[in-house]
This record gives sequence, C-alpha cells and structure tokens, in this order.
Amino acid sequence: MSEATVSAGGSEPRRALLVLAPGPLTTVQDLGRRRHGHLGVGRSGAADRGALRLANRLLANPEDAACLEVTLGGLQVRATGDLLVTLTGAPCPATVTDAGGRTRGIGHASVERLPDGATLRLGVPSRGLRTYLAVRGGIDVPKVLGSRATDLLSGLGPERPAPGSVLPVGPAPAGFPVADLAPVPVPESGVLLLGVIAGPRHDWFRPGALAALCAEPYEVTARSDRVGMRLHGPRLERARDGELPSEGMVPGALQVPPSGQPTLFLADHPVTGGYPVIAVLRDDDVDRAAQARPGQRIRFRVTGGRRSQK
Amino acid sequence: MNARVHRCGEHAVLVELDRLEEVVALYDALAADPPPGVVDVVPAARTVLVRFEPPACRAAVESAVLAVRPAGGRGATSGEVVIPVVYDGDDLADVAGLTGLTEREVVAAHTGTPWTVAFCGFAPGFGYLIGGDPRLAVPRRPEARVRVPAGAVGLAGEFSGVYPRESPGGWQLIGRTETVVWDIAADPPALLRPGVRVRFTEAR
Repeated sequence: MSEATVSAGGSEPRRALLVLAPGPLTTVQDLGRRRHGHLGVGRSGAADRGALRLANRLLANPEDAACLEVTLGGLQVRATGDLLVTLTGAPCPATVTDAGGRTRGIGHASVERLPDGATLRLGVPSRGLRTYLAVRGGIDVPKVLGSRATDLLSGLGPERPAPGSVLPVGPAPAGFPVADLAPVPVPESGVLLLGVIAGPRHDWFRPGALAALCAEPYEVTARSDRVGMRLHGPRLERARDGELPSEGMVPGALQVPPSGQPTLFLADHPVTGGYPVIAVLRDDDVDRAAQARPGQRIRFRVTGGRRSQK
Repeated sequence: MNARVHRCGEHAVLVELDRLEEVVALYDALAADPPPGVVDVVPAARTVLVRFEPPACRAAVESAVLAVRPAGGRGATSGEVVIPVVYDGDDLADVAGLTGLTEREVVAAHTGTPWTVAFCGFAPGFGYLIGGDPRLAVPRRPEARVRVPAGAVGLAGEFSGVYPRESPGGWQLIGRTETVVWDIAADPPALLRPGVRVRFTEAR
C-alpha cells in the first residue's frame, strides 16, 4: 500500500474511518442547519448538543465539527491513517485493537490514539442512549445546506453509515488538545428531573394541566427516535377544542395531540406542527432528555416561565 | 397590527397575529432586516416563530419584533415564477364537484389569478400559496395518499402547492408540473420561498 502511495505522488492516503458495523443506528451529526427554517428545513444536528461540543473541544476541533452519533453502541470502525479520537455522551465499554492484534480498553471523554489500521469497537452503554465519536479534523463528508447533519425526518444530509462506508477525516485544526480527559457527569439512570418553561400554548389546556404535567413522572416509550419521544403519563386535558393552525416548533417542545399524552420534540422535529405546545424544555435539559432510554422515567418542573410572560 | 408574543423556551418567541396577511408582512420585515442574534424566522398560518442565540436576549428580540413596522404589500424583491401545469390530476373531477365549477373552469381559476408563497412547511421546499381565486377553496381529501409524486399540484383549504418530492399527502391533486421546486444543489434550494409570486399556466 505504501508503494502505491509513493507512486501516487508521495502523499499519505486520505485519513478516514472505515465503518465495519454501524450498530442499531449511527448518523453523522454536527450542530445542524440554521437560517433555513423559512424553507421548511429543520435544524437537525446532534440530539445531545453539549456532548458533541465537548467531544470537539477535547480534540481542539471547531465546536461544530461533524461527529458520529451512535445510538445504543455497537459501532465498529477502522482507522485509515493515524487518528486522534474521543467518546462523549453515553459512556460505553470501548476497545481499540491495533493492526498487530493487540487490544486495549479506552476511557470515556478522554483523548485516544487510533493508529492506522486499528479498530475501535463500542459495546452497549450502561446508561444513556447516544454516544458521540469525534475525530480530530472532523468527519469531512460534503455539507448540505451548510451542515453535515443527517435529518432523519426530511432525509436531508449524508446517508446513514453502513458496513463499508468510508468517512473522510478533515485536516487537523491548528490548535492542539490541551486536556487528556474531561470529568463529566454521566447520564442519569433513575428518574430524570427536567425544567420546562410554560407556553407558548399552555392557555389551550385546563387550568390544572401544567400542575398535572409536573405531578407524576412520565415514561419514555419505545416509540421514540431523533424526531421525538412519545411519553406516557398523566393525561393533559385541553380547555378548548378546534384546530390550531400549524406553527413553528423548537427542540424540547412538549406537543400534546388529542390523546393528551405529550411528545417531546428532539433534533429532527418537524419545522411546524398543528398541536398545541404546553411547555418547552430548557436548552440544557433537551440534551439530558436526549439521553433518556425507553422505559426510563422523566419528571418535569416549571421554571422561570412566569417572570416576563405576556 | 395586533401582535401577541408568546414565550417559546429559552431562545425563541412565537408572535401570533390575526391574519395571514399580517404574518406575511411581519415575516417580510424581519427577513429583510433581522434583529441582532436572530438565526431563524419561521412564518406559518397565523404565527411567526423567531429563534435567536446568545448573546441576544429575549427582551431585546421581543421589543425589536414589536417595533417592526411592516411595509404595506409585498416588496418587489421576492421575485416571480411561472409554473406550467398539465391539468390531469386524479382529483380534478372531485374539485370541480366540490366547487360547482366545470373542470375547465377550475383550470381557468387556477391560472387566472397570481398566487403568493405565504410560508413553507410539511417538507423542505413545500410552499403554501395564497391569494388565488377564492372559489378554489376545497377541503383536504378525507384520506391522505401514501404516495404523491414530485411535481404534483394540489389544493387544500385556501392554499395551493407543488409537492417538492415524492411523499405522502392529503391535498386534492389537480395537475402536475415538470418544474423542479426543490434542488439542494441550487442556491437557494427552494423555488417557492415566502414572498415569491407564482403564476400557473396550462401546459399542453
């Protein structure tokens, strides 16, 4: 291979990740598409934005460099060229097997070498749902409308990595990593307590509905994905009938269809929706919600919504 | 303009208006001169969602939005497109029945009055067109189709639209066009952007 490289002009083969197995669901994500909402194009991007940002900071990448978002582990990739990688989000057992067959375990939120020909294997996380694999230089697939995020609702962005996919790695940034690892809280496994801000449509519900939302935990059902999480818990009763003309939605919106059971919108939520939103999660808590696993329970509390409501 | 501002999480406000025309006017003004920190302005049927990022704060964005004095009527900058349509849609006869017009009169009504894109939604590049002949207002189909082809031209409520790509859909289909309304390689990728005027012509 090195001879072929020399005859091709002496340059190294392009650094890349070769996907051996994607696990249940792996997508390329960055911080998503801005400024296209008026064309019906959603933001998309990492479901746990904080975890993606941290992964990039650890490698001295720009904060919005593209990473792999790995759902429930199972990813196996092989390095072409010497790479520097890190894992954030849901911690999972991870091993690196070098080209000579030697295997070692690697840590969470730590900066790790993945030498040419080495294979990285992720097990299943014990807590949390989504693990981010960042590589120094970022995943360098072509941008679509300013972003490398895959929007599973609209189909925009790069294809889902499959066995045999080659994901090119961009040039290393000028800066160098300054920390070997970051002490980060791991996703919680018990009842998640998440802060919400009332509105924009809490007045479409009966007076006790916000209290009902916060009174008992909701369970994350299996009907949950990057678009949204269907929750099961106290029914939220409407005060008025009739249709709400479709209106713009945001990540973290708790949209309530006629069943009274809320859907919590995540990164690939529809740009507009026709059911009233009783409350919206605080930004940081959207990230925490995105790590909740089916069967896990969520409890809401209203924070800071009243101060300046009109 | 009677604008009500609703809080929508930490970094967005939802501005509610009485009429679609006011939505269009406010969107135009905000798109032409976005307040500092505003990263997305999403018009819909009765609302404009304004998303912002730090260091912009909600109070500043809110007062900037409420201070907007929309100019009367659409600016001339949004452009105009002509879309040739073959009027042979599967629901053309039903639309004629629902409106009390003949099929030929439906075609004449659809091509006779220019439309304007009010907002996009449902799918990337799906523009909701308003301002057409009011006799064409029809309900959505009782059941959505699983597969509507790209280029299908439809009616629903006060709106007309062109399906940007194959998708499920519940609009009454009256025809089809070869015009590509969504192309991610183009800049901008959507032909039917808020404010664009649309004239349909009959292709034979």
